[in-house]
Amino acid sequence: MATGNKTQTSQTHALVGLFVTCPVDLFRPSVADSTITLITNLGYQIDVPVQSCCGQIGYNNGDTEQTKKVALNTARLFRPHDYVVVPSGSCASMLKNHYLELFAEDHPDHAEIKTFSQKVYELTQFLESSDIKHPHAVAQSGATSIKGKVTYHDSCAGLRELKIKNQPRALLKQHCELDITEMPDTNVCCGFGGTFCVKFSDISNKMVTDKLDNARSVEANMLVGGDLSCLLNIAGAMHRQADNAGHPRIEVRHIAELLANNLTDAAIGDENG
Amino acid sequence: MKTIDFVDLSHEALKDQQLQSALNHISGGFVANRTKAVDSVENFEGLRTQAKAARDRAMQDLDIYLLQFERKVQEAGGHVHWAQTPEELAQIVVDIAKQHKAKTVLKGKSMVAEEAHLNDVLSANDITPFETDLGEYIIQLAKEPPSHIVVPALHKTKQQIKALFADAHNLGERDLDSVAGIVNEARGVMRERFLTADMSITGANMLVAETGSTVLVTNEGNGDLSSSLPNLHIVTSSIDKIIATQDDACKVLRVLAKSATGQPITAYTSFYNGPKRSTEKDGPEHFHIVLLDNKRSEILASEFKEMLNCIRCGACMNHCPVYTSVGGHAYNSVYPGPMGSVLTPLMHGHDKQAFDLPNASTFCGRCEEVCPVKIPLPSLLRKLRVKGLNKGYVPLISKWFVAAYMQVIQYPRFYRFSTALGVRLLCLFKGKKGRFKRLPLASGWTQNRDMPAPQGETFQQRWAKKQKERSQ
Repeated sequence: MATGNKTQTSQTHALVGLFVTCPVDLFRPSVADSTITLITNLGYQIDVPVQSCCGQIGYNNGDTEQTKKVALNTARLFRPHDYVVVPSGSCASMLKNHYLELFAEDHPDHAEIKTFSQKVYELTQFLESSDIKHPHAVAQSGATSIKGKVTYHDSCAGLRELKIKNQPRALLKQHCELDITEMPDTNVCCGFGGTFCVKFSDISNKMVTDKLDNARSVEANMLVGGDLSCLLNIAGAMHRQADNAGHPRIEVRHIAELLANNLTDAAIGDENG
Repeated sequence: MKTIDFVDLSHEALKDQQLQSALNHISGGFVANRTKAVDSVENFEGLRTQAKAARDRAMQDLDIYLLQFERKVQEAGGHVHWAQTPEELAQIVVDIAKQHKAKTVLKGKSMVAEEAHLNDVLSANDITPFETDLGEYIIQLAKEPPSHIVVPALHKTKQQIKALFADAHNLGERDLDSVAGIVNEARGVMRERFLTADMSITGANMLVAETGSTVLVTNEGNGDLSSSLPNLHIVTSSIDKIIATQDDACKVLRVLAKSATGQPITAYTSFYNGPKRSTEKDGPEHFHIVLLDNKRSEILASEFKEMLNCIRCGACMNHCPVYTSVGGHAYNSVYPGPMGSVLTPLMHGHDKQAFDLPNASTFCGRCEEVCPVKIPLPSLLRKLRVKGLNKGYVPLISKWFVAAYMQVIQYPRFYRFSTALGVRLLCLFKGKKGRFKRLPLASGWTQNRDMPAPQGETFQQRWAKKQKERSQ
């Protein structure tokens, strides 16, 4: 049985399973492409088993029983993989932390879920992890031609449940020679919150407007983040406010695209060519 | 029973310019000050761990400590009364006041008194309550409930307070433009009342079992003056305020003010021990403590027991992006913000509106991050969503949507097929545009923001095609 802590073994053949996440699967496959580029460049084999959603919607809406079934499906799906990499802090934390909460230690499937949990990494966490020795320590060439100020939005689950804060900044510095222009309240929620943004649309709008005000206050030309769901919310509000109130447009992108120098597709919500 | 729901009230709140300008001060004020206070100590995390341990200890053996506390208070010459419901608490207070023929009351801030609507009950019994906490006094003039558990008049701007004072106090032309002017005027009005009132009611931050002391923290000193001038002092509190020892009380004090206002410690921290002794000149001759349960013993026996560790600092609401967007009144509950969204449905188990509150969270986790006693608020809110669903409080349409979705995702191939179809359909309408202004069935999203368009095929569809090509 594969484990997530293969530090010294034959990493050249280590197999990474990509957990695509729904927003990336449906809205922005370029984030998955970029993730695959980054992982294969490090010398891993990559595999994308036929998969679905992590089940967070059910989990956060009180449907614990169905979520458990989804969790077991997902864990079994990734049995053959040494690592599971997720380009989202929110989905990664669901797989890594919340699945475990659903299977107490005395549950017959606890061991299965625990083994799975230990293999799960959010993308920047995986790239920057100090306990994994990647097969190739290549200095990757990210996008180095980005002009103007770039700010970073720390998505809540990644930041608080997975402690992702320095990894994306270090990676952007290393691969893209980018220094992040920090906006005020970068650690405050953008107002997405899954079904929250639809159930409480106006409160969500107030929150995303605060987020955009903060990005605009440092005159950011680009806003980068690690969670596409937050970025869809931020970009959607940014374009609406640019169209209606004449606010400047900000390029909104997922960090994977910058790190893999995959900027051919228009930024989130932008017209294509 | 509540009749207006959170969504309606939050709409009003978002449109209220005065409220929004008052709420804007939270981030630069409480949040920034707390950060400074936390950074000023070497190991705040260690202090949190100690405070949590002290609270855990108290709740672990609550029954024993409550009886010990009662005995200690009685030994000091005080009386302890037990109230199962808020109504009982109010009745006990009124009965004591009547026995002493009290007509006027100095009242300190007490959230337990708010649970019992004590001011209304006192007034209905011809007993006049004078609020002595400045914030409470302001909202008493405005005839409004508190909107924050530490800063009851947080929702009021200086201009609104000035207008309330000009209206309430017949003092002619005067300068009320400065905060000092407002505070001085309140002080002048209250001084007379302090000297003449028949009795006092204060809350309590902690009840120390070891000594029978009632701990009260204030910044205005109103609690001390109220509790020592009149001849009768009643403390209204609740059973969860118990702490085992003086030492444990200090562990809580170390995190309380830092988390609440960013002060190292509040201006006044008082320990009251019963009525005045024969050798003492000042203090009340009669000292009563009324302890409210109001579902707390049920909570203690449930999966929500960690909520009873709450020390009422308000940090969770100060850091909650939902609370700071809409303010406390939108919650239509004594307790707003994240801690209120947990407590309210637990205290009003059969109230559908109360079960809306746990949904009003993005689970951003900032509340848990700043909670000085590490209450896992998001996880408690999530458990309440399970409860709400099981009680049938979730609208059928969202219940069915989630149920159907959770079924579909258990069949990855079917999921891949349906999402591919959906995305293809969306792309038919996208043209060259990168986003949609409006989408059927997605008005919750598009009423406020555009929906970015999918790039093209789903990733899984593309990946499957690629794999097929490769194998051929």
